Amino acid sequence: MTTVEKYFKTISDVPVEDYFAPGHRLCAGCGASIAIKLAMKAIKSPTIVVNATGCIEVATSMFPYVSWRVPWVHVAFENTAAVASGISEGLKILNKKRGKIMYDVIAIGGDGGTFDIGLQALSGALERGHKMLYICYDNEAYMNTGVQRSGATPIGAVTTTSPAGEIIPGKRERKKDLIGIVAAHRIPYAATASISHPLDFINKVRKALEINGPTFIHVITPCTLGWRYPPSLTVKIARLAVETRYFPVFEVEDGRVKINIRVSRPKPLEEFLQVQGRFRHLLDDRNRDVLEALKKQVEENWNKLVKLEELGVYI
Amino acid sequence: MSKLEYVRKMALMGDEAVAYAVKQADVDVIAAYPITPQTIIVERLSKYVADGELNASFIQAESEHSALSICIGSALAGARTFTSTASQGLALMHEVLYIASSMRAPIVMAIANRALNSPLNIHCDHSDIMGARDTGWIHLFANNVQQAYDLTLMAFKISEDPDLLIPVSVNLDGFILTHSIEPLEVLLDEEVHQFIPHEPYPHEIDFGNPLAYGVMALPDTYMEFKRQFQEAMLKVPEVFHKTTREFYTISGRTYKSLTSYFTEDAEAVVIALGSTVETLKYVARKFREKNIKVGVLGLTMYRPFPEKEIVKVLENVRCIAVLDRAYSYGGVGGPLYTDILASLYKNGMKPIVADFVYGLGGRDFKLTDSEEIFRKMMKAIECNGFERDIYWWGVKE
Repeated sequence: MTTVEKYFKTISDVPVEDYFAPGHRLCAGCGASIAIKLAMKAIKSPTIVVNATGCIEVATSMFPYVSWRVPWVHVAFENTAAVASGISEGLKILNKKRGKIMYDVIAIGGDGGTFDIGLQALSGALERGHKMLYICYDNEAYMNTGVQRSGATPIGAVTTTSPAGEIIPGKRERKKDLIGIVAAHRIPYAATASISHPLDFINKVRKALEINGPTFIHVITPCTLGWRYPPSLTVKIARLAVETRYFPVFEVEDGRVKINIRVSRPKPLEEFLQVQGRFRHLLDDRNRDVLEALKKQVEENWNKLVKLEELGVYI
Repeated sequence: MSKLEYVRKMALMGDEAVAYAVKQADVDVIAAYPITPQTIIVERLSKYVADGELNASFIQAESEHSALSICIGSALAGARTFTSTASQGLALMHEVLYIASSMRAPIVMAIANRALNSPLNIHCDHSDIMGARDTGWIHLFANNVQQAYDLTLMAFKISEDPDLLIPVSVNLDGFILTHSIEPLEVLLDEEVHQFIPHEPYPHEIDFGNPLAYGVMALPDTYMEFKRQFQEAMLKVPEVFHKTTREFYTISGRTYKSLTSYFTEDAEAVVIALGSTVETLKYVARKFREKNIKVGVLGLTMYRPFPEKEIVKVLENVRCIAVLDRAYSYGGVGGPLYTDILASLYKNGMKPIVADFVYGLGGRDFKLTDSEEIFRKMMKAIECNGFERDIYWWGVKE
């Protein structure tokens, strides 16, 4: 396994302090809550979190309780990258003019708030080059509103707005290449991560925070409710996503791809699919073409990354 | 030091006057998106920043929605924050307008009032601001370029008042004011700095004392948040008057929530917003020379609505014409008309009232239009009523 720089070499190097406090109202087995807890372990200095509307936001800020031990701001669904831009620039100019202390700014959005409704604000913020880290926790559908398809939902997956019916077998479109879109802004650092590989993820968050510019991390966070599996399997399913090459873990640093978790002998994709209710219908013979399409997309995506890494070209 | 710091009199377009006021306010963050007829404001401000005359972060956002979202972020960070927009831009901000006010983010926004699409039209009317009327902002209206400058300066002081922390919009009629060069008196930079010194935002982001901004509230607490906001709104008139009094001491210029012109003994009063008030004043003076008792009432502050002051002015008035540069389609009438009707009814007054919907999409409102409306009012007094309740003034029927 190739990993990113070791700010935290073993799990015992990870700080005990939790800036994401327990007692929130996220589901048992929520992958996103694991991601946020881990990310907050990596902060290095005063940090402010900007949160898009979504599962993490509603379940951690129900008045009068709050699960954040850092300053936390929620404005709306689609504008998190913009709000984070304003905080970042506001603090920067106040530091310059009146000596106010600087903060790291972490923006957090789900896949709906990032792939879909927040994509424009994200693109604007990345292009303008503010110093901020944007973390997208991807559970591959609008889980907070009850599991509707998003631009992150893969082909074949069942959601409440892409049901598997008599003639349509779940979502028909492929998942958006978010990192491709983000990297096309030529920001200094973009990466993917999985909650099944916490050290890799925490190190990436720290690495991103060290960079003076916009950075982006896309972390896969299984959802027990939407993916339809028992809560005890969250981390296992996240690991299977990596081990089947369904979700490659890699970095794009200064435009160059580096695969961090090299999966030389991938497990069959079926191992990842069969434990999830949202995919179970794909194992029916009559949906073989959808399964093949998904497998082909997974393979193509992996091969593209391998090729890009070999070439060492600016993507 | 800029030479301009010693200048007292200038000739500027409305947009330029706003930009000059924002520069003198030593604003920290400007986030905006270009839209006619506002663009000159941000063009001038970006030049001030590029020339080092204003030490601010100038952010051209990728949309108005993001521009106002950036402003919320920077205001919460404690930065003095300005944006400006018009028409579609304000409509695109709509969602964020409510959040800016209810998060109590002190922001000043200039609005170059312009018609809404469709059909596409870049000229003046008030449809944009009327759509934003109930978003919890303080809405001020300038009648001329001098007022656009003065109100912009005062807007910072009002918005940042620790008892309020409510965003303020300064409305100036698109093209009619934004692109008209008028002479105006400006303050010295030093006077502005004394008038609006940088005070820390009372709920600044602080890692040592972390706060959550923009939480979720369920039915058991949501209503109390809203009530607290309304209570803050009720404090606005007092802060406004305090601010205008202080502004008078440095500028010699008087501001009230209303502009009352010949209203004391008037039998007929026209009520309007924005640059039209100036046209009406000119014509009213001509009528007064002929001993025709007409008056003009302009609202400098439209939200919060100065109901008490308005009914006091209208106490002995027999006939009222409300000029609306916007309309509530399928509703009772124009927005200002319904506000006035409600205020009169609440206070047991029953004068003759009609709504004059005018100037949509920049249609000219000439001196002759004003004269004709005054004459119609005199006739309405004679006949004890207008021939209709709502006129679409100047429409080709």
